[in-house]
Amino acid sequence: MQLTNRSKEVSKKEMTFAERLYLPAIVSGLGITIKHFFAKKVTIRYPEVKRYLGPVFRGQHILKRDDEGRERCTACGLCAVACPAEAISMVAAERTKEEKHLYREEKYAAVYEVNMLRCIFCGLCEEACPKQAVYLRHDQFVPVFTEREGVVYGKDKLVEDMNARYNRDSWTKEEWSEKWKNERV
Amino acid sequence: MDTASWIIKALIIVGVFAVTLLIATYSTLAERKIAGFMQDRLGPDRAGPFGVFQPLADAVKMFFKEDFIPAQANKWLFIAGPCLSMLTALMTSAVIPFGDTIRYEEQTIAVQGVELNVGILYVFGIVSLGVYGLMIGGWASNNKFSLLGAVRAASQNISYEIALGLSIIAIIMSAGSLSLRDIVNQQHGFAWNIFYQPVGFIIFVTCAFAECNRTPFDLPECETELVGGYHTEYSSMKLGFYLFSEYINMFISSLVVSTLYLGGFNYPGMDWVYAKLTALAGDTTGHNLATLIGFLALFFKGLFGVFFFMWVRWTVPRFRFDQLMDLGWKALFPLAILNIFFTGAGEMLGYHGFTWIIVGIMTILAATNAVKAPPRKMYPADV
Repeated sequence: MQLTNRSKEVSKKEMTFAERLYLPAIVSGLGITIKHFFAKKVTIRYPEVKRYLGPVFRGQHILKRDDEGRERCTACGLCAVACPAEAISMVAAERTKEEKHLYREEKYAAVYEVNMLRCIFCGLCEEACPKQAVYLRHDQFVPVFTEREGVVYGKDKLVEDMNARYNRDSWTKEEWSEKWKNERV
Repeated sequence: MDTASWIIKALIIVGVFAVTLLIATYSTLAERKIAGFMQDRLGPDRAGPFGVFQPLADAVKMFFKEDFIPAQANKWLFIAGPCLSMLTALMTSAVIPFGDTIRYEEQTIAVQGVELNVGILYVFGIVSLGVYGLMIGGWASNNKFSLLGAVRAASQNISYEIALGLSIIAIIMSAGSLSLRDIVNQQHGFAWNIFYQPVGFIIFVTCAFAECNRTPFDLPECETELVGGYHTEYSSMKLGFYLFSEYINMFISSLVVSTLYLGGFNYPGMDWVYAKLTALAGDTTGHNLATLIGFLALFFKGLFGVFFFMWVRWTVPRFRFDQLMDLGWKALFPLAILNIFFTGAGEMLGYHGFTWIIVGIMTILAATNAVKAPPRKMYPADV
């Protein structure tokens, strides 16, 4: 079976004099390398320029709010059950009357923690969530950590900021290439 | 010579020394950059803008590594090896004419370390000494693989020195002098030796590659067969010296190639430039400026030579050792003798570019042979 049409049969025929001179082959080889020398480079200069990872990339977790700014999470614990790495833990609480503008459901997560040392970014929590509350965002990595402090992300880091809402349709490839247009060499 | 000319001479020598070392330093960066560019990458660019501080970082790293001497090694020879390598690499530049002359208070000083009337023999002698650096290093390591690497290096260098020497003989025959300055002066303007000695040029460049242990002749260094090569046991700056001397060798040998075949400090239109400069800036200053331009011409030829070394390195795969020996003894050696024969015949008959006949015969042979040869089956006919 052939996968490409580029495969060549190995020929053990005796080389002609021109081939044995070796120089024509070297010159054509030099031509190929010099062409690549001036060709566009594929390197992405990572910390300065970031690669577009696609809309399905699974990055840092986010606890979504609804359009009125209420947290969607109802602390059912399905994400924690689904989590194969047991990275998620939460403490449920009951919503009081005054908190109606803060939480959508009657029960909410008073504490919601993701241990980023354990998380494998499989996205099963996202699939398990019946309230569309937890997502792995495609536009943001979990930053590199060098100490164990602050590795367990609480609600302060996870809940969506209403001023900068997360939208899966945002940060498209076009936006990305526009942003780094001049950065790529 | 009085004090002033001594000082100028000393400055020239120190300048040549410094330039050689600087070029060698930045060759390490250039090598990695060029390798990157030829492989569609960028190469090192983190240390400073475009990675210009990379050689400094490398040097610091080298210096801070443990300077290890194996217990069973011969300590003195172990230290002498890299020193010899470095010494021989740097000594060659003494006789290369870097420029015409500098005029200073009615004195004319040649831009050259030493004006030696057997300069080319000196170069040849020092290049042969270069093998000792590798051989002593490999021997003193008391390691079988190091020794094998050193033996490879030595046998390769000795084999290719024959063809190298024979290709130089053709140049000496047509130039009638062993002095590098005479040879350069005969290539005034655009009458470069490459146009009269094309075969000699190819032989010389090939042998220069082999003498510098560069790809496709980098057999002395081989991870798969020799663990490392003649410098397996070396670490820290001793290893650095070995690697560094390779780059110095590269620069110097491209300078020698430029001197012998590519006109040295001559460039087309140099008489016109000289006339203009002397008319503009006076006799002395104009002459010195013209010398400077000539120096730059040689300098850029040398840099292009270094680039060519790297270009070839990242293009061609290496030879097998028997192929290397075949090429040296069965191809280049007879070809060099043929070259001498044709050069001699040409000199006798008064034709300068007689060796083009070899090129012509080769081309005709190649063409007829290729026409007669059955076409090679490229694609599987029916698989």
